[in-house]
Amino acid sequence: MPRPGFVHEVDRSSPPVLFWRGENFSLEKLPVGRSRVIYPPEPLPAIKDIDGAIRHALLNPHDQDPLPALLFPGMKLTIAFDDVSLPLPKMRRPDIRQRVIEAVLDLVAAAGVDDVHIIAALGLHRRMHEYELRHALGDRVYDAFHPRGMLYQHDAEDPDNLTIIGTTDHGEVLEINKRAADSDLVIYVNINSVSMDGGWKSITTGLASYRCLSHHHTGETLQNTKSLMGHREHSALHKSIWRLGKVLRDHGPKLFQIESTLNTDMFPEQFSFINKREWEWTAKDRATYLGVTKGLNLLPVKARRKMFHDIQSPHQMTSVQAGETSAVHEITLAKVFEQQLVPVEGQTDILTLGIPFVSPYNPDSVMNPVLVMCMGLGYLFNMYRNKPLVREGGVIIMTHPTYRDFNPVHHPSYIDFFEQVLTDTTDPVVMGQKWEKQYAEDEWYRHLYRTGNAYHGVHPFYAWYWGAHGQQHAGKVIIVGGDAPTVRRLGFTPASTMDDAFEIASDVVGRTPTISHLHVPSLLVADVQ
Amino acid sequence: MSRLVFSRKPARFAAARLAGTLMPGRGASVGPLSLEPDETLPLPSPEWLRLRPRLAGICGSDLATVDGTASAYFDPLVSYPFTPGHEVVADVVGTDRRVVVVPVLSCITRGISPVCHACEHGHIHLCERVAFGHIEPGLQTGFCESTGGGWSHEMLAHPSQLVDVPADLSDEAAVMVEPMACAVHAAQRYTGKETVIIGAGTLGLLTLAAITATRDRERTGPVVVTARYPDQKRLAKELGADVVCSTDELPRWVRSATGSLVFGDQLTCGAPHVIDCVGSSESLQQSLQVVAPGGEVQVVGMPGNVHLELTSLWHRETAIRGCYAYRRPDFDTALELVRRFDLGRLVSATYSLKDYTDAIGHAAHAGRRGAVKIAFDMRSN
Repeated sequence: MPRPGFVHEVDRSSPPVLFWRGENFSLEKLPVGRSRVIYPPEPLPAIKDIDGAIRHALLNPHDQDPLPALLFPGMKLTIAFDDVSLPLPKMRRPDIRQRVIEAVLDLVAAAGVDDVHIIAALGLHRRMHEYELRHALGDRVYDAFHPRGMLYQHDAEDPDNLTIIGTTDHGEVLEINKRAADSDLVIYVNINSVSMDGGWKSITTGLASYRCLSHHHTGETLQNTKSLMGHREHSALHKSIWRLGKVLRDHGPKLFQIESTLNTDMFPEQFSFINKREWEWTAKDRATYLGVTKGLNLLPVKARRKMFHDIQSPHQMTSVQAGETSAVHEITLAKVFEQQLVPVEGQTDILTLGIPFVSPYNPDSVMNPVLVMCMGLGYLFNMYRNKPLVREGGVIIMTHPTYRDFNPVHHPSYIDFFEQVLTDTTDPVVMGQKWEKQYAEDEWYRHLYRTGNAYHGVHPFYAWYWGAHGQQHAGKVIIVGGDAPTVRRLGFTPASTMDDAFEIASDVVGRTPTISHLHVPSLLVADVQ
Repeated sequence: MSRLVFSRKPARFAAARLAGTLMPGRGASVGPLSLEPDETLPLPSPEWLRLRPRLAGICGSDLATVDGTASAYFDPLVSYPFTPGHEVVADVVGTDRRVVVVPVLSCITRGISPVCHACEHGHIHLCERVAFGHIEPGLQTGFCESTGGGWSHEMLAHPSQLVDVPADLSDEAAVMVEPMACAVHAAQRYTGKETVIIGAGTLGLLTLAAITATRDRERTGPVVVTARYPDQKRLAKELGADVVCSTDELPRWVRSATGSLVFGDQLTCGAPHVIDCVGSSESLQQSLQVVAPGGEVQVVGMPGNVHLELTSLWHRETAIRGCYAYRRPDFDTALELVRRFDLGRLVSATYSLKDYTDAIGHAAHAGRRGAVKIAFDMRSN
């Protein structure tokens, strides 16, 4: 029986705590008597018969007819699936998406349906490389569909292949992929790593146009998204998406949503120390930690990056459910929280976060400075329900090298964003008004997004907006171990060591602040009372 | 009383070239430049005047000369031994006039009559009789044996070369007038469209100021300036640049500002006007990379021997156009702009003539050392 997550109060006997530092780790001593470490629950057991569970979900959906009953010869069927942004790290083959889609295709074939298109629901993310598509879908699906042009990637900038479904009562236009809109049935294959994802967000972002996304991906909306991972009613983003979902349900194609959840068994055996609580480290774990960190220090950053991005995670499916989107998603959320929720009492003055090598926007790529901000303030800060772990006006301390390094193929507009926009302003609302349009409509970025493997020109803005609430909430943000000029460009304060960071933080929170450390990996949502 | 003299000494010239190539500015200590006692020069004609230099600047062309890296093109255009120094504010001997020298030696100064077509129309910088006339060859004062130069306690000038300095203008401001006149001349080709200035040394900053003076910021395209050092970046911002970036960042800025696409390293669009104030192979190649099809690269920094890939110039019908010196009226504008932008503050350090190796070393690394203009100060003997 896996142990639940818990809150460890740091005392004299507590060992130093593991922090991510990009493509490496560090052990940090937190002040005794006023620090707590929030440990995630241990991984839930995976479903034993995954293929059986998938088939059961397809045949026994929630608030929806069984999938075979929705299939008929001559129909137009579209299968959309979540892109490379999750799960992180990528899972060992076979990927869940492959298993689900193969199960769906078995039923599709049995029903005599031959007009089937499979679309990667990229939204404004970068197009997946062939090896990534093969990894997610398996060679059999790829080889059967891609050569015939029936497996492709959504293009949010292709006016000929977008169509307007309708408009919400708030004036938000739902514009999605034309093939999906014109289909007799759209099957969406989702993986839910975090509670923010899934539900109506799947199609209304993954298959949407820039125009559609621009309604809710704004600085203002994200500043007013007070609960990205917790309660939807406190998330301006999700309220907008759910309004769009209503338009989709009422005026769009018939939908069949398949959602799955994963356990948090994220790293393979050679990194076993990562998933353990530090006082439970064995001599072997300590030796492994030393060997790994010292070895990583000897490697050039590119080699380290490759090593980490090559990791194939053992995490596995804990649930799969299908049917009507809302009904399915409620079950999914319950399963996500079952794995990730940790009750926590009250807020603290400081929140410490170790920033890893990867975020949803740099799989197999560089964790550039903008993504460091996004990962820290956009994702990890938001891993709470009810209230943030840190009080308003408190300090967030992150550890990451924050090198000034970008992948020019994946993140071309991020480079310009860093040079042009962040030298002008770090205010998400101001940059949205002053700069976003130029980037969103830049023909070169559009070209790279549509034909290469680049994130959409506007994407660095969205990454920045993601951290808007955290940025507004925190009185100061400090990055330990980061390149100082780069950290300053982000509007943050650099510090060399954790002790220096606490000293700097004392200007804001005094000399005896209370501290929470969110222990990642793996994933957890702090249920702050 | 002394002067710096540049002599024709091939061995020392070779040593200067070697030292200057390895370490810019080192040519001063091993080359043919030396400190010598002042010598009374004969007046080329009675109307010529004797001047007592107060301040004389060190410019990029001076550094190239001292380091032996200037083009052999100039050999027939100079006469040895000569005293360098063409950015000069001086007193006119026997008068209370304080003047700035217009160093270009035109037909009038050379005693050529009738004057050439260019000089007749005021284009003294394009004089068709350069290196001829009753004075020894010399592109400008400061490269001519007959006239002497500003790096001394005495030099000669034709009355047509003198621009009176208003009493309220400091010597430091006045010594910036000659380089400012170059910048004024360069800025006359400003189009109001997207403009790139490569380099934020003296010429780059002054050209920027000259453009800023004529520009309605709300109605013109952005002016992008490349700068290497923090002080250069700060000054470029102060003098009106919309964007200040490193050379590495330049193509991205221009691409973004002009909505360009990219093939290879080449922008498909670009800035219609690129002003190269460096004049190196690298800067000129980058100019061709970011200039718009049909656009113009204006070479304001003295280029010397460069190696360029010119296919893009041919394919995109871009032009490389030189920009040398000025016309006489440019000095009036320069005086006004030096005052308006308080450009005397760009004189970062002054040296006595005897400390010429230090002065030239400082000038050669001005940007890195947070300086802009280095000058010799002859106000105290």
